[in-house]
Amino acid sequence: MIRVVLQQAERTAAQSHRGAARVRYLGWLVLSILALVLTAGIAVTIGPADVSLTDVTASLAGHLGLPGAAEVAPLTDSIVWQLRLPRVLTAAAVGAGLALSGAVMQSVTRNPLADPYLLGLSSGASLGAVCVIILGVAVALPAAAFLGALAALVATLSIARAGGTITPGRAVLSGLAIAQLGGAGTSFIIFWAAKGDSYREILNWLLGSLAGSSWSSVAISVSALVLVGAGIVLSATRLDAFTFGDTAAASLGIDVNRTRWILLGAVALLTGAMVAVSGAIGFVGLILPHLVRGLSGPGHRRLLPLTVVLGALFLILADTVARTVFDPRELPVGIITALIGVPVFIVLIKSRKAAAWS
Amino acid sequence: MVVILDRVSFRINGTPILTDVSAVVPTGAVTGLLGPNGAGKSTLLRLIAGLETADAGGIELDGEHVGGARVGVRAGARAGVLSALSRRDTARRVALLEQNAAPSVDLTVREVVLLGRIPHRSRVLGSFGGDDDHRVAEESLAMVGGSNLADRAWHTLSGGEQQRAQIARALAQRPSLLLLDEPNNHLDVSAQLGLLGQVRGLCAGAGSGSSAAADSGLGTGTESGSGSKSGSGLTAIIALHDLNLAAAFCDQILLLHRGRLVAAGTPEEVLRPSTIAMVYGVDCDVIPHPRGGHPVIVFSPAGAPGFASALTDDRHGRGQA
Repeated sequence: MIRVVLQQAERTAAQSHRGAARVRYLGWLVLSILALVLTAGIAVTIGPADVSLTDVTASLAGHLGLPGAAEVAPLTDSIVWQLRLPRVLTAAAVGAGLALSGAVMQSVTRNPLADPYLLGLSSGASLGAVCVIILGVAVALPAAAFLGALAALVATLSIARAGGTITPGRAVLSGLAIAQLGGAGTSFIIFWAAKGDSYREILNWLLGSLAGSSWSSVAISVSALVLVGAGIVLSATRLDAFTFGDTAAASLGIDVNRTRWILLGAVALLTGAMVAVSGAIGFVGLILPHLVRGLSGPGHRRLLPLTVVLGALFLILADTVARTVFDPRELPVGIITALIGVPVFIVLIKSRKAAAWS
Repeated sequence: MVVILDRVSFRINGTPILTDVSAVVPTGAVTGLLGPNGAGKSTLLRLIAGLETADAGGIELDGEHVGGARVGVRAGARAGVLSALSRRDTARRVALLEQNAAPSVDLTVREVVLLGRIPHRSRVLGSFGGDDDHRVAEESLAMVGGSNLADRAWHTLSGGEQQRAQIARALAQRPSLLLLDEPNNHLDVSAQLGLLGQVRGLCAGAGSGSSAAADSGLGTGTESGSGSKSGSGLTAIIALHDLNLAAAFCDQILLLHRGRLVAAGTPEEVLRPSTIAMVYGVDCDVIPHPRGGHPVIVFSPAGAPGFASALTDDRHGRGQA
């Protein structure tokens, strides 16, 4: 009898422990969403022309047809609505999409260094996009970027494969080669076509830039994020099953090959759409999932939503820095993400667990 | 769970891995799967778990076919009668632990054990009201005596603790059949004995008396065999290298050699000097254990392959005696 009571007590304690963990997670999620909305609003106000937060809300209210919208000067309104808002929204969607892509790749390839940029997907997508934009290949831009990302992914994984397995180290090395090839191809095509400032354009594709963001960029990136991202977030449990490798996943009832290729295809689609509007922005997909695991734990049902929100927040911040530090000149945003991402990469490589990756 | 292997054959790129393996594993039994490296032990476990499909022959779990049928005429005729289990259905009945599995990210033991609930969750979102999953996970951990490990991080565990956590994960699947592939790798002798003793206890517990505690609703069966569905006991098949451990802990032994089943039966029946000499090519004596009475295999270094070929004739002579 006493033992039963003790067990009950233990169970209650464990439940309240879990309850606390859940509350803590929801706290982080709500806090992150608030921070995202606030940061997005403030980011719109930052720039050469003075715009206040009130102008931003008034402009938004006006365009969305909300009642009681205050008057905004037409110039301010068009700066907010035509320039800065599309850029901030694109940054948010791209950051969220890349971070989500990284989380999925790290899970299904069991590679803590997996990321669309390091494994060459981003430069494959750039090459595809540039083929459409410069050479005028008659395919929709996101479709070409998707095909480029998919080709790069398949190439990287086939090169890395040895004896039926792919070690994280080999995957990164193969990704490096494919990324170089994609970057070289992108640069060559832009240089060869040579209209206007080709160096600037090459830089923007190789390092990523959100400078040209318009409402069509928003449409491409947000719709990809919503459609593909929703599918991925709904597969969270399946991603958990990969934690102990393929055999364990299969013995947990997962169709391993089918699931892996569907999810990697989704990642290629997501990365393709993001690169099509912003070029190859590095390290977002690598570092965000690692940072978020610290807050959410490794379970994907918690990891993925928070990764989406914080990925969006991270890239808005990085892009705001990129367009303001050398005002009026703009840095490619990839420089900022690399400055933050490379130290994190080094910490990962040097970590205790890294010995097992080679 | 009764496992029936009916003339199972399996090839990889034309190379036969298993040939005509037929055997019956009764409910509640601990079966040792023995054989030299490359004999086909792991492959047989994967076939039973439905991770591979046999080229010929069939595997039945409690009368249901495992795996999609890549069938001959005979098995095809049977498939008409028996339902075939899907991957997911199989995962709710069979848990397989492979050798040396490690997680790709650092998890706590509780999180590791909860992975075992995946086959029981809804396909899309998974269950968000996970209290039931948590209860099963805690019970599973208690069954391997690992309740105190729940909040430990994986990389802080010893090899034996990691294996216990893994077995708890397998038990959280609520399987009727537990398949272990060389679970003793890298464990010290006390952890090896502890692990096999635990598996032994789980099978015996599920097969017999402890069902009363599970049914009464008291104590939620933390020390009983409630990990199995009521009415069908937990059955275990363990691939092992150590013949003495197999002799000590297994009810029956299946001995594989080059993909064929060369002996099956109780440890006394299978583990004979002649059989061991034929399969492993080593010289040994078998004596009864001074306390348990089960066979103990004592190896002679002089009979090691290449050590002294002159002994070969003598070895065969003794083996047949």
